[in-house]
Amino acid sequence: MAYLEVNDLKVHFPIKGGIFGRTVDHVKAVDGVTMRIEKGKTYGLVGESGSGKSTTGRAIMGLNKITAGNIIFDGKDVTNERGTREDFRKDVQMIFQDPYSSLNPRKRVYEILAEPLRNFEKLSKSEEKKRIYELLEIVGLSPESIYKYPHQFSGGQRQRIGIARAVALQPKLIIADEPVSALDVSVQAQVLNFMQQIQEEYGLTYIFIGHDLGVIRHVCDRIGIMYKGRFVEEGNTDEIFNNPQHIYTKRLVSAIPDIDPRNRGKQINFRAQVQKEYEESFSDYFDEDGLVYPLRKISDTHLVALPGRGE
Amino acid sequence: MWKFIVRRILIMIPQLILLSILIFFLAGLMPGDALSGQIDPSLDFETIEKKREELGFNDPWYQQYGRWISGVVQGDFGISFRHKVQVTELLSERMTNTLWLSLLSLVITYLIAIPLGVISGRYNDRIADQLITGYTYIGFATPLFIFALLMVWFFGFYLDWFPTGGSVKPGLTPGTFSYFMSKIHHMLLPAISMALIATVGTVQYLRSEIIDTKQKDFILTARAKGASESRVYNRHIFRNALLPIAAFFGYEMAALIGGSIFVETIFSYPGMGQLFLDSINLRDYSVVTATVLIFGLATILGSLISDIVLSLVDPRIRIK
Amino acid sequence: MSNRILEVNHLTTSFRIGDAYYPAVDDVSLTVNKNEVLAIVGESGCGKSALAFSIMGLHRQAKIEGEIKYNGQNLVGISPVQLNKLRGKSMGMIFQDPLTALNPLMIIGQQIDEVLFLHNPSMSAAKRKERVLSLLDQVGILYPERTYDQFPHELSGGMRQRIIIAIAIANNPSLLIADEPTTALDATIQSQILGLVNELKEKMDAGIVLITHDLGVVAEIADRVAVMYAGQIVEIADVFTLFENPLHPYTKSLLNSIPANVQPKSELHVIQGVVPALQNLPRTGCRFSARIPWIDASKHAENPTLEEVEPEHFVRCTCYQDFYLPGEREDGQYGVS
Repeated sequence: MAYLEVNDLKVHFPIKGGIFGRTVDHVKAVDGVTMRIEKGKTYGLVGESGSGKSTTGRAIMGLNKITAGNIIFDGKDVTNERGTREDFRKDVQMIFQDPYSSLNPRKRVYEILAEPLRNFEKLSKSEEKKRIYELLEIVGLSPESIYKYPHQFSGGQRQRIGIARAVALQPKLIIADEPVSALDVSVQAQVLNFMQQIQEEYGLTYIFIGHDLGVIRHVCDRIGIMYKGRFVEEGNTDEIFNNPQHIYTKRLVSAIPDIDPRNRGKQINFRAQVQKEYEESFSDYFDEDGLVYPLRKISDTHLVALPGRGE
Repeated sequence: MWKFIVRRILIMIPQLILLSILIFFLAGLMPGDALSGQIDPSLDFETIEKKREELGFNDPWYQQYGRWISGVVQGDFGISFRHKVQVTELLSERMTNTLWLSLLSLVITYLIAIPLGVISGRYNDRIADQLITGYTYIGFATPLFIFALLMVWFFGFYLDWFPTGGSVKPGLTPGTFSYFMSKIHHMLLPAISMALIATVGTVQYLRSEIIDTKQKDFILTARAKGASESRVYNRHIFRNALLPIAAFFGYEMAALIGGSIFVETIFSYPGMGQLFLDSINLRDYSVVTATVLIFGLATILGSLISDIVLSLVDPRIRIK
Repeated sequence: MSNRILEVNHLTTSFRIGDAYYPAVDDVSLTVNKNEVLAIVGESGCGKSALAFSIMGLHRQAKIEGEIKYNGQNLVGISPVQLNKLRGKSMGMIFQDPLTALNPLMIIGQQIDEVLFLHNPSMSAAKRKERVLSLLDQVGILYPERTYDQFPHELSGGMRQRIIIAIAIANNPSLLIADEPTTALDATIQSQILGLVNELKEKMDAGIVLITHDLGVVAEIADRVAVMYAGQIVEIADVFTLFENPLHPYTKSLLNSIPANVQPKSELHVIQGVVPALQNLPRTGCRFSARIPWIDASKHAENPTLEEVEPEHFVRCTCYQDFYLPGEREDGQYGVS
């Protein structure tokens, strides 16, 4: 039994048009996503911009309306009550990409961290203060930080405030939407280390949404690759990176910069080869609408979107 | 494009219906009616009541409204109690006067705003900008009717450069050149007065748009191309900064028509605004409702024009 | 020496904050040859973009001292007219954010046309259009005719970056400055754009200054690398040496903080603290010392200069000789490989 189950999730946005602004069509931002996430693991949701990875995360969180499908969290169907169920709102938290805009600039750190506590936990003033100091300690910020405003911190520190806010209620699942994309490498290292550390300590489960495959490879146990709202391939990290089956995945993997300059020529050849294969075999992997086929199992853990053969 | 315009016009219909009901109600709330001002002490109460009954003043509101609106739709606003003529007839001349006055102030507004805004934005925080900004602050702080009174006293009475009433010198034949010049002469002072105050908002807006655009990345691209400073300004900064100003055109027009209420009264200029204030004092219902409705229509049309202009000049929201 | 396209000598670019000037680029010297990519790497706030903007003369309120020699001609202090003759013609720039670097109210064709028009007054409109279309084709735009009449918002980020590259190379410049050209792009687009830059470098025989914070990009495309910290170059070497034998503590720290260099799930190296703000930069001693507090203060040179420690490999500060990363050193043992 998976900790979080997402079944055939669809999120369609209407396109308005015509004189009366009626719905003329839909954008299928997420179009039939199914995934199982194990407790204490990190699940990577990967794709290029516009692939629907963020919308998937936001839909699970309850920030986007679901058109179809269901979400089962810890054995309970929460599809229609993500916004109202207190335990779900408490247990599932989100970390956003941009630490600059996800924190209210007019609130001090103390209020930012106290807000979730006040919403869900009836704490006395002194208990509240104690918890906030604990949170700051966990994320490695000094106690005086509570009197400061978000703009007084660096990008990495702000992202830690965002994390502190997310972990304030001791959640069980954290959806991290590109949490390090806006950060410098050294700060990125800090945030990634820290996320890993609290995962080990509290047994957290992560959905890690990202486009940097280097980071994804570093933190994830299992990965789903998305393209135009659908899954292209899903598998354990080494299956995706070492044995990609779909041409789209191969292309993504080949685009990862190699950190050894000596491999340059090899890398260029490899990419050219993959690109050639991509162009030649495009119609084998994508249907008439340029979308990928439904996933099929090629091993117990590895699923690929290949056209149905004999099915 | 036409779809967008049709949709905007369709949205206007409920707006107008609501506006007309609102106007009708508010007019009814004014104390007294057209008769109360004309009551001759010799007339007894019953005669007045009878007159009221005859004119339909005692009917329920929806009947009165129905009568009025069905007339309005056919272009008939009823008869003015005061002037004893068709409101439409009364309005048509006044409307033309106000329209020309507003157009002239609009032209002057932009003639002032564009150079001042451009200088202020381009050389921000230098002396010229500080002077211009100083002027805009004064403009914001000065009430239009006090400023207009000062203008009429100084240029009208003291220097005697401009006429202080009417819209044309009596005795001139319409259509002749001297008639036209006299019209302009009468309009100029009120138009300048209005423009000097109305322009400050646009100056400030243009200034901040230019300062904003100066810092955009595509300006760096233009500089990296080797474009000269004047080319960077003329081809890249001004075009982008003027866009929201152009889009504001319709609103500006509506605001000026509204602003004409004070100015026309002060300059005794026979336009809609003057007529409106007079009619309120005289409880000339049919005229009041008609003028308010036209002011309202002008505002709604103004925003329509703004939306259309914006969608024409900005490719990002251009509707195909 | 005729091969040398850019020579920067003791360049200092200072910005006014309050009443004083603070150098964002501090005494930087470097060279770029034809058909060579010099990458400049560092965290945000280390002065690498300020350096790129100084070379292009795009700082309008900075105090610039030192020399920037393009083909032997010093650009510091020349008139705007002379500078504008070079910009867009001999020197092109590629910007970081393709979404904002194009004029939203101009069609793509006009934006490329402008740079041709400015530097080739005798070229006819028809000839220019022909050239624009061939440029669009050259940067990998599939339908040049259609794209010519499109507005920027109608194109994807990757396509817009190609347009910016087309503008930069329109007049076959011999020097290209690329300021984080792929940071805002998806990985597959990034590799395509880098491939394109590489191809153009060879075709045009141009020198390229590539500003980036991404060591992966450096490994992919650079010939030589300059690592910048707090306004100074702290290490400069050819790309193989830099990746195989990094010496400066900052270079080592950066290389160890990227996931590609360690086992998955293992702890990444964190560089303590932050790049100090411009006003708070230490003016003496090793500027990086505050971020490696476990290194004894006596190991830092008093006034560190960029020293050539092996041929064509320059390092600033003596602290590299005794540097180790936390957890790397066993007690009593010094030095790292």
